[in-house]
Formats: sequence, C-alpha cells, structure tokens
Amino acid sequence: MNETLTGFAYLAAAVCFILALRGLSNPESARKGTLLGIIGMVIAVVTTFADPTIMSFELIIAGIVIGGLIGTVVALKIEMTALPQLVAAFHSLVGLAAVFVASAAFFAPEAYGIGVLGNIKAASLVEMSLGAAIGAITFSGSLIAFGKLQGILGGSPLVFKGQHPLNALLAIALITMVVWLVQTNNETAFWAVVALSILIGFTIILPIGGADMPVVVSMLNSYSGWAACGIGFTLSNTALIVTGALVGSSGAILSYIMCKGMNRSIFNVLLGGFGGEVAGPIVGVGGEVKAVKSGSGEDAAFIMKNASKVIIVPGYGMAVAQAQHALREMCDLLKAEGVDVAYAIHPVAGRMPGHMNVLLAEANVPYDEVFELEEINTEFSTADVAFVIGANDVTNPAAKTDPTSAIYGMPILEVENAGTVLFIKRSMASGYAGVDNELFFRDNTMMLFADAKAMTESIVKALG
Amino acid sequence: MGADKIASNIVEATSSGDPFIFMFTIFVLAVFIGFYVVWSVTPALHSPLMSVTNAVSSVIIVGALIAAGPADMGFSKIMGFVAVILASINIFGGFIVTNRMLAMFKKKPKKVEASK
Repeated sequence: MNETLTGFAYLAAAVCFILALRGLSNPESARKGTLLGIIGMVIAVVTTFADPTIMSFELIIAGIVIGGLIGTVVALKIEMTALPQLVAAFHSLVGLAAVFVASAAFFAPEAYGIGVLGNIKAASLVEMSLGAAIGAITFSGSLIAFGKLQGILGGSPLVFKGQHPLNALLAIALITMVVWLVQTNNETAFWAVVALSILIGFTIILPIGGADMPVVVSMLNSYSGWAACGIGFTLSNTALIVTGALVGSSGAILSYIMCKGMNRSIFNVLLGGFGGEVAGPIVGVGGEVKAVKSGSGEDAAFIMKNASKVIIVPGYGMAVAQAQHALREMCDLLKAEGVDVAYAIHPVAGRMPGHMNVLLAEANVPYDEVFELEEINTEFSTADVAFVIGANDVTNPAAKTDPTSAIYGMPILEVENAGTVLFIKRSMASGYAGVDNELFFRDNTMMLFADAKAMTESIVKALG
Repeated sequence: MGADKIASNIVEATSSGDPFIFMFTIFVLAVFIGFYVVWSVTPALHSPLMSVTNAVSSVIIVGALIAAGPADMGFSKIMGFVAVILASINIFGGFIVTNRMLAMFKKKPKKVEASK
C-alpha cells in the first residue's frame, strides 16, 4: 500500500472516531456511533498490517487473540456498579501500552523511521519521552484509582508531610532526565524517565480522597489520550494524534464538569486531602439535640400514593444497596396510580461521570424520565414529594446557606422546596464529605431509617 | 491576528515541509474538534463516552503492531507483543462494555397505561 493510500486510510479511521463520539449526543445515534468506532479501529489495524516493516504475524495474531479474549470476558462479566474500577483499569492498560510502545521505539527506532539506535532525532526523543512519561503516570495513577474504587486501598486520602515539595522534586528530576535523554540518547536516562513517572503517578493520586475519584478517573482518561498523542507524534501517525487529542480533550471536559459539580477547582482536587476528614460544624447549634420525624414503609407509600408528582433523587448509596430494581418497581406502581414520576441526577451522583444514568438504565428506567440538575431543579417547588434514596450531600442546603461548610458553593438538588421530603438512610451518619444535613430536622422531612433496598421493597409491598 | 492571517500562516507552515508543524497543526485542530464534539454529548451518556474514548485511544495498537512485526525476535518485538495484548484488551473490552451500556438505554414505552 503506498503512502498516500495509507494516509487516507488513517484519516478515515480518525473521522470514524470523531463520529463515534458525535453519536453520543443522544442514545439513539449512540449505537451507530460505536459501530463507526469499531469500523475505524479495524481500518487502522488493517492499514498497519500492510506496513512493510511487519513481516511476521504470529505474535501479532496471538496478542490480539489473547487480549481480545481477556477484554471480552471481563467486559461481559463486569457489574455496572463496578464500572468505574473497570474504566480505571482500562486507563492503566492504555498508559502501560504507551510505555511499551515508546520503549520499543527507543530500542528499535529503524522500524519507525526516526533514526538508528543511539542516534535518534532529538524531536522524536522529546515526543517519545512525553508519551512514555504521561503513559507511565496514567498507568500508576490509574492503579491507585482502581485500588481506591475497588476498596483494596482505603478511600481516605493519604496525606504526608512534605508531599508537595516531594512532587516538585520528582517533577524537576523528570525534566532533567528528559533533557539528559535528548542530549545523549542514554538508555539509563530512558528508564529513569519511566521510573520517575511511575513514581509521580503514585504520589499525585494517593493523596486524593475517595470522594474525588470521579474527577480522578476523568483526569486519567484525559492523560491516556495525551499519552496516545505523544506516541502519535513519534510515529508521525495522524490517526493516533487526532484520536489522542479527542480523548485528551474529552477527559479534560469531564474533569471540568465534575469539578463544577462539586464547586472545587481542579487544583484543589489535585492538591488532595479532601474527603474522610473530620466533620465540620454540626447543625444542631447550641448543643440542643434536634428531633427528627421518622416513618415506616407504609407511611411513605401512603404519602406518595396521594401525591400527584414525585421526584426521585438517587445517590450512590442506592447502587451500593442494589436498590435500583426495587426502586423502578416502586415507580411503576406509582405511575399506575396516576402519579407523575421523574428522576433527578446530580453531576457527581455516581463514582464516575454518568454512572447513575447507567445504573438506572440497567434497571429499565426509561432515559426520558431521567433529568439533569439544571433541567429539573426548578420543578421541586411543584413536586409533592422528593424521594431521596442513598444521596445526602448533594441535597444539603448548607451548600447554599453556610459559608463555613466544606461543601459550600456546591450546586445542590433543591429537594427542600418539595412538599414532603422522604429520606431513606441507614442511620443519622453524615455523608461522604463529612457534613451534617439540616434537612433531616425539618418539619416536612420524614426519615425512613433502613437499608435502601429493604425500605423500597416494603414500600412496594404497601403500594401493591 | 485575523483569522485569514492565521490561515495563511498555517498554509505557509504546512507547505514549508516541517513535518512537526504539520502534525502539530493537526493536533491543535483535533483538540478543537474534540472540545466541540464532547460538549455536545448528553450528560446521561458520559459513562459510555469514557469507555468508548478508552477503546479508541487504544488505536495506540498501531505502534505496537509495528514493534511486534519484525521477522527477528528481540527486545522491541517482545515489548510490542505485550503492548498488542494490552491494547487488544482495551479495544475489545472498551467497545463491548460501551455496547452493553448503550443497549440498556431505552425510551419510555408509548402505552404505559396499557399494563394496568
């Protein structure tokens, strides 16, 4: 295949990838989009097969079969609640692959047309070390994110003294090694770049608390794109550059959206230490113990049956309790009673962007009943009941009224405007951010103390 | 700087034959495309967006294929082989899990009352 044709083929692959992302603007076109993505991938791989440097296919085929089998089995078996871990694990693989490709290019530069061993073009060395460094950071950072999401590592941030000076020192050492590598083509310098980057991945992600993992996963998504970009420059491959840039900006935008959902700046998240810290000022000011009104499943069923409009606010606690199917059953019964039901999703409701939407879709909740914060927030004032299940911080009015609160300024779902607020909670414990919720003590709030699934099932029983 | 001037600069740079400037131009334009395309993705589909970007970023496999391709066995070939496995896990896993997610997104059935 001649160079022009190859160039066109890679361009076609890149266009397919752009359209794959474009398709995600609505669920109907999304499936076609994924198909285009697969076609683009096939085009890219087949075009590369025609590259004259590829002479033996045994290992390649073996690699694709082994990897393909592992990927297929994992993707088919994974539970949707474990999706964030899976994505983090996948990111780490992209990062590691980038490191391996960079090292292959460093030790066999002839195959890539970037010089000969020991005398690689300076520009290529810079691009290569960028690819390897970002890839290595993505790899180790994603491992930590995976560990925290999977519960292997504790969710609380690991903060230690001198953490920022250490990171700065590591960064300076990394830059020094890159300069050394570019000037001397030294093998040790190359491995030093990889090793230092792996270390940096650990030290920057470890201090970030479990509550911030949605941002971290999005950020690592972005990094994996930039790593692919670096390799794309080394290989002068336009498909890789375009794809890397798409993925990089996609991850960056998702991180921005997640940060906005928590009213934190990206630097604030990166510097770490948030989540799992000591609770802020407790709401029952003056030491008085405030009374809460609690009710049973029958009470909740009665209130909702007589409502004309109910808004459901699901949080991650619902997913942990596996209550989404019972919840959907409850909503079906309510709809049969003529009650108007809608779901309200906070941007950081799950453990990764859009996680809650997937969990509800899995429970067969139609996506046109599910609304984002901006779309539905004004409707709480016309709703008779707000049904909060497994969520807490995202409904806390302290975010609007209490400047000393850790979550002050975070956009919240204004459930307090609804006629009655039903709160399913296991106990009075504070939420992920360690902040008390004054909503529990209001007159129009009824607490339903139970496991989310058990309570929803008892409501279903009372309704049926 | 006016848009026409930027455009003429790009033309100048790309025709001057410096491959880096050419690739960098592609890169910058792709970042802009990514920016606009991703903002148009509905928030409900942000999880599939992440898994599909995961799958497509594994197009890094083209670099791995070249490394694993030579007839003689060597360090780079082994690196390439491992990278092919890793990227393949991602490609298959990423696309399949995206499909699984998208298959679950269904619209409200038209006759809700019919089941009553």
